[in-house]
Amino acid sequence: MTIIFDGIAFGMLLFLISVGLSVTLGLMNFVNLAHGVFAMVGGYVCVVLLNDWGVPFLATIPFAIIVPGIVGVILERLLYRRLYEASDLDQVLFSLGLVFMAVAATHYFFGARQQPLHLPGFLSGQIHLPGVDIGVYRLFLVIAGIIVAVGLQWSVIRTSFGARLRAAVDNQRTARGLGIDVNRIFMLTFALGSALAGLGGALGVEMLGLDPEFPVKYLVYFLIVVTVGGGGNILGSLWAALLLGVADMAGKYYVPQIGAFIIYAIMVVILIFRPQGLFGRAHQ
Amino acid sequence: MTSVVSSAAAPDPATAIHDSLRRYRRSADWKPLEYLFWCLPVAAYFLFPGNYLLLSQIAVTSLFALSLDLIFGYAGIISLGHAAFFGIGAYTVGLLGLRGMGDPLTGLVLAALFAAILGFLSSFLLLRGSDLARLMVTLGVALMLYELANKFSGITGGVDGIPGIEIKPVLGLFEFDLYGRVGYIYAVAVLFVLFWVARRIVHSPFGQSLRGIQMNAQRMPALGAPVNRRLVAVYTLGAAYAGVAGAVLAQTNQFVSLSVLGFENSADLLLILILGGTGRLYGGLIGAIVFIVAKHFLSDLNPQYWQFWLGLALVLLVMFARGGILGTAAQWAQKRRQRAQSRATGSAA
Repeated sequence: MTIIFDGIAFGMLLFLISVGLSVTLGLMNFVNLAHGVFAMVGGYVCVVLLNDWGVPFLATIPFAIIVPGIVGVILERLLYRRLYEASDLDQVLFSLGLVFMAVAATHYFFGARQQPLHLPGFLSGQIHLPGVDIGVYRLFLVIAGIIVAVGLQWSVIRTSFGARLRAAVDNQRTARGLGIDVNRIFMLTFALGSALAGLGGALGVEMLGLDPEFPVKYLVYFLIVVTVGGGGNILGSLWAALLLGVADMAGKYYVPQIGAFIIYAIMVVILIFRPQGLFGRAHQ
Repeated sequence: MTSVVSSAAAPDPATAIHDSLRRYRRSADWKPLEYLFWCLPVAAYFLFPGNYLLLSQIAVTSLFALSLDLIFGYAGIISLGHAAFFGIGAYTVGLLGLRGMGDPLTGLVLAALFAAILGFLSSFLLLRGSDLARLMVTLGVALMLYELANKFSGITGGVDGIPGIEIKPVLGLFEFDLYGRVGYIYAVAVLFVLFWVARRIVHSPFGQSLRGIQMNAQRMPALGAPVNRRLVAVYTLGAAYAGVAGAVLAQTNQFVSLSVLGFENSADLLLILILGGTGRLYGGLIGAIVFIVAKHFLSDLNPQYWQFWLGLALVLLVMFARGGILGTAAQWAQKRRQRAQSRATGSAA
């Protein structure tokens, strides 16, 4: 049971970080391998504020959301925008280049070591229930994940911004014809995705660790969540992330000999039989 | 294809077709620049006698990039997991060497065979799906192999790799020496032979049909080309080439490390090919020379700087020079020719 709960918490983190990628990749059709960089930015903002400036953990979170969001806007304006129409390959190479630069720059400024994070007292420790030991921080992660998932789903379905986003994605030309500022929508969406990644990165320092190789180490996980969940599908990403989190935790605990092999195998099999993802709709 | 159609509208279709066929056959001839290019490895042998290890690394990487060019540059199958086949080749040689079967040429053949088998089997996974799905599947296959090699350390040595492989002399005559002199000649010889074969294949009707598939996969069946069978064939071939490249690396270094299967190996390779230019055979070779030499000098300064400049180069490449070195050079040459032509017609008028 503890493993399942840890897996769910892990899955929630993956969801928080990947959901932005799901939007850029699934809705805007941009293969952004550099998505993990935004999570890393969030993580470092959190750690630096906490350790060097003495800001309390919860107070660092807003910064860990805002800074990657701003970085996202700047990069989108300067670089990403030019490549919306480019081929998948160009996008892959471009974002891979960004990853390399980010990893090297982080190495230069922060060194190669794992960044330490000391949780405040009220978030550490465990709750003992019959049959289950629940880490308080894990519980906190799960609740945060649920809040974000519900909020996102609600805003995409119910708000006018969500409606305009869906319109812009379904048919860009018609949306422009209706007076929707598609460029602005895409920029805001990109910023939102980056900000959420930053949130996930900051909350994940304790569980995923944080070092300059972070964007490469977890890249495959993010991609699996998106491809399995079906691009642009928020609930699909949530289910895929939870599935992946639990499968990964259980696999590493019960059959450590083959490690991550199971996950890659599952991904390949799913992609063969359902190229559009488990919960995705077929692209027109 | 287009030249046949357009020239068919000319007054005499028969001679026009004859002409275009002849032009097509002549395009397969060796050009002076190509002869010049193959003088480079010979010149390098005499000019840099202290750097044979680096030079043979360039030759191996060139062969590896050539294998990716066959499947990506010609057939358009995008792969982020080509290191899988490279690694299979390297481990084949390593495991054979441990069992005392260190004959280099047998090693090459077996490495090519095993890599081709894996390539053949996994090619069926790539027939369906978008570029993104192909990217993920190739990546997934490579990661699976990496995990297997990592965890079955009883056979593969795990993270430590296989050190000290015993390789017998080439053809029983030339022993691999400490300075890598024989290794370099051997690597270049393998590269040249396989390059020559690849060049023949690319200029054959089979190679032309691959280009057609890349341009328009829906139309090719109408011309009588079985698309799926061609893709399976070229993917298997590319895998075999990559296997040979991995085998040569293991033989010249007499060492196999787990990193041959790693993600970075695949990603670097894709970069090398794009840097040089795809679909030109020489693109991968030139990309490998530039990449390895740059890496050698910049890593000496600081490995992290190297990674930063590499990333910057990628971003700039995508933004400004999409064809890579050869593509940009070809564009530039064409523009110059056009300008000269317009000047000539301008002065004539």
